[in-house]
Order: sequence, then structure tokens, then C-alpha cells
Amino acid sequence: MIYLSQKIKIELINEVLVGYPYEVCGFLLGYEKREVRIIDEILVVKNANIGDQRRRFEISPLDYLHSEAEAERKGLQLLGIYHSHPDHPSIPSEIDRLAAQPYFSYVIISTKSDVFNTIQSWRMNENAQFEEEKIITIHNKLNNLKQHGNYHHSDTFAQVY
Amino acid sequence: MATIIIPTPLRKFTNQQTRIKVGGENIQQSINELISEFPDLKKNLLEDNGKIRNYVNIFIGNKDIRDLSNEHTLVEHDTVISIVPAIAGGSSNQL
Repeated sequence: MIYLSQKIKIELINEVLVGYPYEVCGFLLGYEKREVRIIDEILVVKNANIGDQRRRFEISPLDYLHSEAEAERKGLQLLGIYHSHPDHPSIPSEIDRLAAQPYFSYVIISTKSDVFNTIQSWRMNENAQFEEEKIITIHNKLNNLKQHGNYHHSDTFAQVY
Repeated sequence: MATIIIPTPLRKFTNQQTRIKVGGENIQQSINELISEFPDLKKNLLEDNGKIRNYVNIFIGNKDIRDLSNEHTLVEHDTVISIVPAIAGGSSNQL
């Protein structure tokens, strides 16, 4: 399960629409506890693919190193990658699967033409297949977590918010 | 001993440790030592022939070892080695 605030979701969609018709990409930073992930910030990085950026993305190793360091500096975890699928569904392609890393959440944002279509999150399982990870959009993070029943005030994870 | 920085996706194979001290005179030896301590890393880092996988980037500071001497790049006691997973993908299945 992955929590995205409305603000983060809008940031992601805006990035994708501004970048259309090219694929955009970046990192998801946040916190994780008990298989629940809360995304606190996105890091936009350049699509470094040298081919057709309408159908491919790539993140340079130096951008990756920088993002790991930035997450550590901020006391956050690097929890995943986002990228767009212009004029394609928000379902991982075989290329996505072959290049996917364990552990990371892969948030894919789909557009139809230059209009937002869908957003979904995926994670690799032990058999190297993607499984969908439920996205919960939150307006008030703490209230939502409390409603979900997994957290209370003494829980340091919830106190962050 | 050199230090290897483990990227987030592979930390589940190192008991969540971020930095691992290793011996070895060059990158290949240091990576082999890392894998001997954490065998579950092997399939993520090495090909069947024992060479470092193409999809894995190894950096010393900001330098890719492919621009140095590849797996033969010498390692000093204060060398900081970063394992950098290749991050890529895209909407189309067509190569």
C-alpha cells in the first residue's frame, strides 16, 4: 500500500503533462513501516534515454547516486521510481519488467494525448513479476492513517505527520 | 578496508546495512568479498560466469569503473565504492 498526498499526486501529474509527449521520470522519497509507504517528496530527474523518449526513459547513474544521497540527507528513504506512459496505459511493459529493481514501487502515470488518464503503482514479486500496489490518496495524512486503524499517537511513524 | 555503499533495493540482502567494509585489491575482489558475506546479492550483481552484470553500474566517487580499469580498478583502504542499479523502462515493448 502506498500513500500519496493530493499535493504529491498533482505534482506528478503536472510533471507528466508538461513533459508530454515524452516520458518523464523521477524518484519517490518517503517513509515505510509495516509494508505501508508514505511518499513525502518527489525528485524530478532528466530522462537520460538517448533513443525515443516518447517510449523510453532512463535515469543516469549520477542522478541515481545524487538521489540516494539526497534521501539520506533528508532522513527519508528512496522508495521508488515514477515515470509516465504517454498514450499508453499505466501498466508496466515488458521493458519495464525486465529493467525493474526489487523493493522499489513503480508509479506509472498514463496520459491520453496531453490529458491525464490513470495512475497506478506496481512492485516486483519474488518471481520477478509486477503486482499492483494499492494507491491511497490522502488529503490529511494523519487523519487518514488513524482512520486506517494501524497507527496511533504513540506511533513514531504517524507522529512524523 | 574499502567501503561499499549498498543501494536501497539491495539492502534487504544485507540486513538493511547501507555501508559494508570489504577487503580486496580491486573491484572484482571487493565485490566477491561482499557476496561471500551476503550470498543473496550474487544473482543481482554477477553473471553466471562471475563477471559483474551489465545492468549494474559500479562507481568510485563520481567515476564509473568502465571509465577506469573496469573490474580490475584498484581499491585503496579509503575507497568508497557505490553500486548503482540501472533504472530504465518505457511504455512500449518494442525494442
